[in-house]
Amino acid sequence: MPRTALIVDDSVTIRQMVSFTLKQAGFGVVEAVDGQDGLERLSAQHVDLIVTDLNMPRMDGIAFIRGLRARPASRHTPVLMLTTESQESKRLEGRAAGATAWLVKPFHPDKLLMVIGKVLP
Amino acid sequence: MEIDLSQFRDTFFQEAAELLETMERELLSLRAGQAGGDTLNAIFRCAHSIKAGARTFGFEAMARFTHVLESLLDRLRNGEVEASAGLVELLLRSVDVLRALIDAAASQSAPPPVWEDVTEELDRALAIPAAPPLSPREPAPDRPAGTEYDIRFEPAPELFRLGLDPFLVLRDLAQLGTLAADADCSRLPSLETLDPETCYLRWRLRLKTAAAMDQIRDAFAFVEDVAAISIEPAAAAVPAAGVAAPVAGAPTTALRSAARESSMRVATGKVDRLIDLVGELVIAQSMAAQIMNGFTAERLPLLREAMAEIERHTRELQDRAMRIRMMPVSSIFGRFQRLVHDTAQALGKQISLEISGEETELDKGVVERIADPLTHLVRNAVDHGIETPAERQQAGKPPEGRLRLTAYHQGGNVMIEVADDGRGLDTARIRAKAIERGLTAAGDELSEEQIHALIFRPGFSTADKISDVSGRGVGMDVVKKSVDALGGAVALQTAPGRGSTVRIKLPLTLAILDGLLLRVGAQTYVIPLVSIVESIRVRREQVRDVAGCGDVITVRQEPIPLVRLGRMFQISSETADPAAGLVVIVEHDGRHWALLVDELLGQQQVVVKSLETNFRKVEGITGATILGDGRAALILDIAGIAAMSRGEGLSNAA
Amino acid sequence: MLGEEQYGIEILKVQEIKGYSAITPIPNTPPHIKGVINLRGTVVPVVDLRAKFSLAATDYNKFTVIIVVNVGEKVIGMLVDAVSDVLDIAASEIRTAPDLGGRVDTRFISGMATIGERMTVLLDIERLLSADEAAAQQSLN
Repeated sequence: MPRTALIVDDSVTIRQMVSFTLKQAGFGVVEAVDGQDGLERLSAQHVDLIVTDLNMPRMDGIAFIRGLRARPASRHTPVLMLTTESQESKRLEGRAAGATAWLVKPFHPDKLLMVIGKVLP
Repeated sequence: MEIDLSQFRDTFFQEAAELLETMERELLSLRAGQAGGDTLNAIFRCAHSIKAGARTFGFEAMARFTHVLESLLDRLRNGEVEASAGLVELLLRSVDVLRALIDAAASQSAPPPVWEDVTEELDRALAIPAAPPLSPREPAPDRPAGTEYDIRFEPAPELFRLGLDPFLVLRDLAQLGTLAADADCSRLPSLETLDPETCYLRWRLRLKTAAAMDQIRDAFAFVEDVAAISIEPAAAAVPAAGVAAPVAGAPTTALRSAARESSMRVATGKVDRLIDLVGELVIAQSMAAQIMNGFTAERLPLLREAMAEIERHTRELQDRAMRIRMMPVSSIFGRFQRLVHDTAQALGKQISLEISGEETELDKGVVERIADPLTHLVRNAVDHGIETPAERQQAGKPPEGRLRLTAYHQGGNVMIEVADDGRGLDTARIRAKAIERGLTAAGDELSEEQIHALIFRPGFSTADKISDVSGRGVGMDVVKKSVDALGGAVALQTAPGRGSTVRIKLPLTLAILDGLLLRVGAQTYVIPLVSIVESIRVRREQVRDVAGCGDVITVRQEPIPLVRLGRMFQISSETADPAAGLVVIVEHDGRHWALLVDELLGQQQVVVKSLETNFRKVEGITGATILGDGRAALILDIAGIAAMSRGEGLSNAA
Repeated sequence: MLGEEQYGIEILKVQEIKGYSAITPIPNTPPHIKGVINLRGTVVPVVDLRAKFSLAATDYNKFTVIIVVNVGEKVIGMLVDAVSDVLDIAASEIRTAPDLGGRVDTRFISGMATIGERMTVLLDIERLLSADEAAAQQSLN
């Protein structure tokens, strides 16, 4: 059964790259431009995986993760955060908010798939 | 799986350009003391995004530069560094450097050396040593062959709430070799008190594998911090002569040199609506087809209705499709803030730039081609139009000059105005200069409008000194040529001492034209509506034969030269006598011409097809269109006709 | 075919062959440029080969044909009396054209071949149609 992923990032380039990569891997993809947009998408549909950036306007990644974990539909959905190596503290914050895994930017698409492989059956 | 990243590079360049515009805008508002709460964050995010892209695509210089820039911006937004005027200038210069780096990357040429100097300056502002190198790869350790490990895996109770699944860990371990698992269910409560979201299980595992410790730990990558894990070799193993595992190489991204195709971003809503309309059109068309099937005369009204429906949808589709290419003028107006500020500063003038109507939308092609002419006009206003503060005060004006950029829709066109409250242009001086340059004769009677139009002739200039800012004498004619080429018109309004306004009228789109269809002989032609003043029947008394100029028609005291289109195009026209035919008065360059035609066929929107694609440029013709009956009709170029008739004027014998 | 003579052009350059359709004349062009036609929404110029080769003009009838060719990056139509045949001519059969003082400027001839009993002049339409261009551009500048 095809799985769906939600990509949340304010950068078009990242969204396109991740979207392309995931589609190649057989995912259906939904995109959002910031945390708030992401939460709205989640209200509308079920996803099997969430990939989110941390630095976004309007609602950043941490708040987004907290928000989605508070909702029954997405309490256990694997959430992959995109971080940069200079943001060690952010990673801990993300974890505290409920993130499942993380991926350091810049990343090669193969790495993305590998990490996803670890958190999705 | 190999994924080719190069297809995303163009998107990155486009996005980077937009980010830089945002950065610049925010920095400018910072400089003007108008920073909002999110300004510093927004600036940081821009640099951050560009850095990520630079690293992904391997743009070394850009990555290093943005890294340092980002660090400085991070400190800035945290309040650790103060946003002094000097710092903001440095950041603005960094934006320029970034632009140059992006251009270099896009054209695959070497990055300009200046980036290293500016990097040093940024470093100094940060007071840290040179940028850290990009993270090196860690070499893999030696691999003992086929070792057994005792592994204990005790996840914390909240594991599930992080979206983690312990079975995936076990699965990954199993892929490394042979795994035996023993689940410890001692903590599992009775069913009534069981919380399904809590993890009660623990595992003791035995894994036989040839994999390195690194790889084993890797299976626990995301559970490490929420589980107690221990991995011990089951028996004292003697490491075999290690075969150094291959170092994980840097991902190779095949960078094909892809031709950069022009692209644009379109709101999904616009595209969706377009697709809907296509659907509606298809339905309307198939309904018509159905009516046609076994058609009888009784069905005629139905067919008419269906056709009307199709026409409606087609028109709306056309409209919407054109709107897709529309983008707001703000995309070009935006850059002027900086330009005006820097240029004014360089010249010691004080100028405030007001922009209004920047959300007015224009066809993308038009926007791109009007950018340079507009830039020239703005430069002109700053350089020549607005006086120095001292001069202004002497003239009783406030020391700060005002430059206003306005854009708005009017009729089927977009108007763009560049207005300044500077010294304006002296009509008498223009005229004198024009006479001096041979552009007009001393005895010529010209309206004020026509005198002002002389500015747009090549070689004209009233600037007294050569300024290095906008050059000398060049420009206004190029502006006019560019605007004309777009099918628009430009006019100047000026009052000495009070200022000047240049008004540009542009069509909403390049591809579609509002035209007047007319017939000369057996041929149909189209005149762009924007050039037409009126069409009239003339009376014999209005026609005079002026020696040396051919026929002239007087309309409301104005003498207008007559152009016999039939003769000019070598078509046998029905009408040789102007009094018997129709005359269309057209306008170009502030002057009027009277075109003699056989019949007017009505106004229509036509799709412009290029003649040059398969043929070449023809004087007097600006393109062709396909009429309803399938024939091709030529679209007249009034500028060209004016030029041709000037040459022909002498031979216009009756 | 033009009059009595048979000419040949390279088939790969031919995009399509269509019947005669209304041609819109373009002012101030040499007489062999008849004008433009509408080819499914694209405006395509039509060259009258008869006029180009200074043959007498003729009336157009139902056999008159426009051969639409691709030359360089342009699509151009050629007005001819009729199309006779599509043939394979082996390269070995092509001879260089002697200068017979014929109608066609030898610049535009890429060779000659004998097909059946007829002599067929092979036209280099690239040169033919682009020489036009160069001349026209010159006169504009």
